Amino acid sequence: MTVEPARSALGHQLRHQLPLLVWLVLVWNLLWGTWSWANLLSGIVVALAVTLLLPLPPVVGGTHLHPVGLVVFLGYFFLDLVRSAALVAWQTIRPGGIGRSAIIRVQLRTDSDLLLTIVAESLTLVPGSVVIDMDRERRTLSIHVLHVRNLEDVERRRAAVLAEEERVVRAFGSADEIAALAHAPGEAPTGTGRRTP
Amino acid sequence: MNEIATVRDVVAIVLVLAGAFLCLTAGLGLLRFHDVLTRMHAGTKPQVLGILLIMVAGAIRLQGWSAIWMLLLVAAFQMLTAPVSAHMISRVAYRRRHVRRDLLLVDEIRSGESVDRVYRGDEPADAPPEQPAASLRASRREDQAPSGGSPRAGE
Amino acid sequence: MTAVYWAAYAMLGGGALLTLVRLALGPSLLDRVVATDVLLVIISAGLAVYAALARDPTVVPVLVVVSLLAFVGSVSVARYIGGMLVHAPAADDRGEEGR
Repeated sequence: MTVEPARSALGHQLRHQLPLLVWLVLVWNLLWGTWSWANLLSGIVVALAVTLLLPLPPVVGGTHLHPVGLVVFLGYFFLDLVRSAALVAWQTIRPGGIGRSAIIRVQLRTDSDLLLTIVAESLTLVPGSVVIDMDRERRTLSIHVLHVRNLEDVERRRAAVLAEEERVVRAFGSADEIAALAHAPGEAPTGTGRRTP
Repeated sequence: MNEIATVRDVVAIVLVLAGAFLCLTAGLGLLRFHDVLTRMHAGTKPQVLGILLIMVAGAIRLQGWSAIWMLLLVAAFQMLTAPVSAHMISRVAYRRRHVRRDLLLVDEIRSGESVDRVYRGDEPADAPPEQPAASLRASRREDQAPSGGSPRAGE
Repeated sequence: MTAVYWAAYAMLGGGALLTLVRLALGPSLLDRVVATDVLLVIISAGLAVYAALARDPTVVPVLVVVSLLAFVGSVSVARYIGGMLVHAPAADDRGEEGR
């Protein structure tokens, strides 16, 4: 009687961690370099040991992959990567040196841990912007951006961050989250909006 | 068949040279930029695009799937881990005030009105503050004043 | 092919040298962490260039180790410095907060 909830909790945990398990088995096989049943079995054993001995908090929500959105996101991502790497490289070798940088704070619209993580990771991967801090409650990202000349540039970078967020949500988000994109950043539908100062 | 091999070789050589050039500019940027945050931008460049280009070149040139899978794994690890370490280092750099504030056009984390009295100037990040407890309290008070007290996002 | 070798290794070596200068100069610990990170990436780029140009896959496992080592190293130092800032004074700050 007391075993049953424990077992279902274990099953629940295992089901939540299934993507992690698959990823660990994949990494194990790639590290061995060759495909064989022995590698698969030992990989499963190692992955189970790792997930049971060193448990992680489960990812709330899960992903909903949209193929078209994913292609758009990846295409823009690699384009951004190449373009801004070339830009930063040019700034390092040009005689004038770099311009001024700025720290901007962007109010995001999505409210999912996973999506926020993907947004922050892809923003940091692109040279020219590094996420410094993240306020989970107010859903703001603080981003250090390189090479801004005036306030118009700042607004352009902010719009670029919001466009990146929209692409991420359209690639990985659920229907609710895509619908939430239509709301303005300040007036969140969940009511956890801004406090009055 | 032979022509295809030479085209592949030329593509691989171009990719290798581009990646090596990005590594060179990373060193140059590391030397020329002003503070930790801007140097961080120079540092993420070879880590992402440079190593990706060289990995693609290696995947083109190498024979045998096991090496190619392993190169793919290295590229995936780099793309997963580079943002995390960049974020952690730059967050600590900002918290320790190791930022040239005068070169920032806009600083929206602390926008202007709060005087930076906790740490003066641009001390080295490994220098401990003179009175740690007092300065921490002061910085918390600063943090809580505009927002009504949100917990620190880090811990 | 020899010219490609020389050009690639010259650029990588130049980058590594500049990074070493920053590592020696770097006014703060964080600058040195960034420089070490970049240096390890350049080293792994050099290994990958060797593997690509010589068609020699023996160094590829070293790449895996070096890239993960760079991550673990910089993150642990960053946590250490952050701990000096946040945790150390928090012990004698606790009495005042009251919750």
